Amino acid sequence: MALPKDLLLSMYERMALIRAFEEACVQLYMEKEIRGSFHPCVGQEATAVGACFALNPEDYMTCTYRGHGACIAKGIDVNAAMAEMLGRRTGVSKGKGGSMHWTDPSIGLLGENAIVAAGVPIAAGAALSAQLDRNGRVALTIFGDGAINQGAFHEALNMAQLWKLPLILLCENNFYAEMTPLAKSNPLAQVADRAKGYNMRAVVVDGNDVCAVYDAVREAARLARAGQGPTFIEARTYRLLGHMIGDSESYRTKEEVAQWRERDPIKRLRAHLAQAEGVTDAEFDAMHARVQQQIADAVKFARESPYPDPEEAYTDFWI
Amino acid sequence: MRELTYTQALREALTEEMERDPNIILMGEDIGAYGGVFRVTEGLLARFGPERVRDTPISEAGFIGMGVGLAMTGKRPVPELMFMDFALVAADSIWNQAAKMRAMSGGRVKVPMVIRAQQGGGRGNGAQHSQSFEALFTHIPGFKVVLPATPADAKGLLKSALRDENPVMFIEHKLLYNTKGPVPDGEYTIPLGVADVKREGSDLTIVSYSRQLLFALEAAETLQKEHGISAEVIDLRCTVPMDIETIVKSLRKTHRLLITHESHASCGVGAEIAMRVMETAFDELDAPIMRVAGLDVPIPVAKTLEDVVLPQPDAIARGALKLMKG
Repeated sequence: MALPKDLLLSMYERMALIRAFEEACVQLYMEKEIRGSFHPCVGQEATAVGACFALNPEDYMTCTYRGHGACIAKGIDVNAAMAEMLGRRTGVSKGKGGSMHWTDPSIGLLGENAIVAAGVPIAAGAALSAQLDRNGRVALTIFGDGAINQGAFHEALNMAQLWKLPLILLCENNFYAEMTPLAKSNPLAQVADRAKGYNMRAVVVDGNDVCAVYDAVREAARLARAGQGPTFIEARTYRLLGHMIGDSESYRTKEEVAQWRERDPIKRLRAHLAQAEGVTDAEFDAMHARVQQQIADAVKFARESPYPDPEEAYTDFWI
Repeated sequence: MRELTYTQALREALTEEMERDPNIILMGEDIGAYGGVFRVTEGLLARFGPERVRDTPISEAGFIGMGVGLAMTGKRPVPELMFMDFALVAADSIWNQAAKMRAMSGGRVKVPMVIRAQQGGGRGNGAQHSQSFEALFTHIPGFKVVLPATPADAKGLLKSALRDENPVMFIEHKLLYNTKGPVPDGEYTIPLGVADVKREGSDLTIVSYSRQLLFALEAAETLQKEHGISAEVIDLRCTVPMDIETIVKSLRKTHRLLITHESHASCGVGAEIAMRVMETAFDELDAPIMRVAGLDVPIPVAKTLEDVVLPQPDAIARGALKLMKG
């Protein structure tokens, strides 16, 4: 972990912000203030923050329905994000997209996606756009290990490599495709081997080590900007909660979850910062207090925001 | 006025719009070096280069998905489905992504994309190369749906589609490519969603679009010559937006309506037109609305069978005669 202390502190605080956001949403979901589907990313904060902090603000990104972490890492307005969760007009998608469709072109966010792997070709298209405009941008697409068995995934990888697109493919391998363990859906020992069939550069990193993810994405972005084409990154991580709220989690053991809790990416970074950089408990407490305040403000903002008017069912459609 | 084929008219529209707007990018299977299996994009690779006229692998879901990403980032992609049947291979990219992205984002992004495809039977291509899908695009909101029948309309409507800010499904017919017709010189566009009266008449109104429009016009001539019946023929041109007003205006004169399309009858565009007319102009009708459409069976290969499944001009004429007696 040779990254500058200030950067590590920013990463830590952002990871804590994502965790707090998700925990607040779990609570709001249980209290029926959030409707529909909600897929928490608790435990996967290091992939989101490591990846997004390695990019420039104008770089493009697509992610999945478990993408709150990535969107917050990329810089989405947390008030607007929370308002979207509560279906309010002030939400990032005016209450029309909900948990799975946050979109904000002002930060390069071309959408979470509720369809597994659908964001991969969309990001490849954004990468092609950047290549045609020679503007030095890259596109990051984040997907889970379930996505590697979808046709759209393979089609996009093939064209991305064929055309040397500035695309970074980040697989958050959390070892479960919804409720199905990886070994039951994928015959390869490691997910990254899928990229070999496309003659694509591939690396495997510890997805709970924010610095490892940061380094891998930064290098992939450097190569992409230099015209060397896409990189496939397998970041091994774990979702500490179920696929969605209400998931019985019958497919995994408590011991397995407990083991991964020991490797919690936030705890790990905290331990490192304390030992190697001398960050004190008081400093951590201050960061957590700031984050909790930010989330409390966001919930207040969302609750006080109006719902969309019925006539808004007809807007934001035809231009 | 000069005569062009439907193919030449489409190519002229693409060429003029690509000259005008450098953001237009064509992509699809064999559209570049080969010039497209129906020759529409012939010569465009040489003129605009491989960045803008891009041959893709056989990956409809992938390259239409990429089109969505291109459109969201300022380009105007024109992905081409070699055969409309392949839309089902790319169904997610088309209906879940392109059609919904603007609404799901609360209007934060737009997807100005024109998907070009040809559809229809009559050539013995069989059940997986002859289907007509305009009803699918009309049913799921998000696309404007354009089906030109003449070379002049093909050019003017394609130019409008390429300037539209919404996703547009631009549906050609494989048996129209070699048809010829007058095409105005110089710059012109035709607005999307405006039907056109292709033949004036007073006894009944026939509404159609795409290749079936030509059959409707042929039937109208027969009705006039052999039975003294004067049929007004309306070319709907677009199923989204759907111009019901022009149909109702015609019905105020004729009071009888026959709708004909090549695609399957069940839950087809004809059913939709009939219902909308019932809702808005029931009092104008002197007889029940008649529908002449493709049979609800997969399209067969043998000509004797295909001619039964896909309505021919004589079927339209027979339908009109029955309607006049009703």
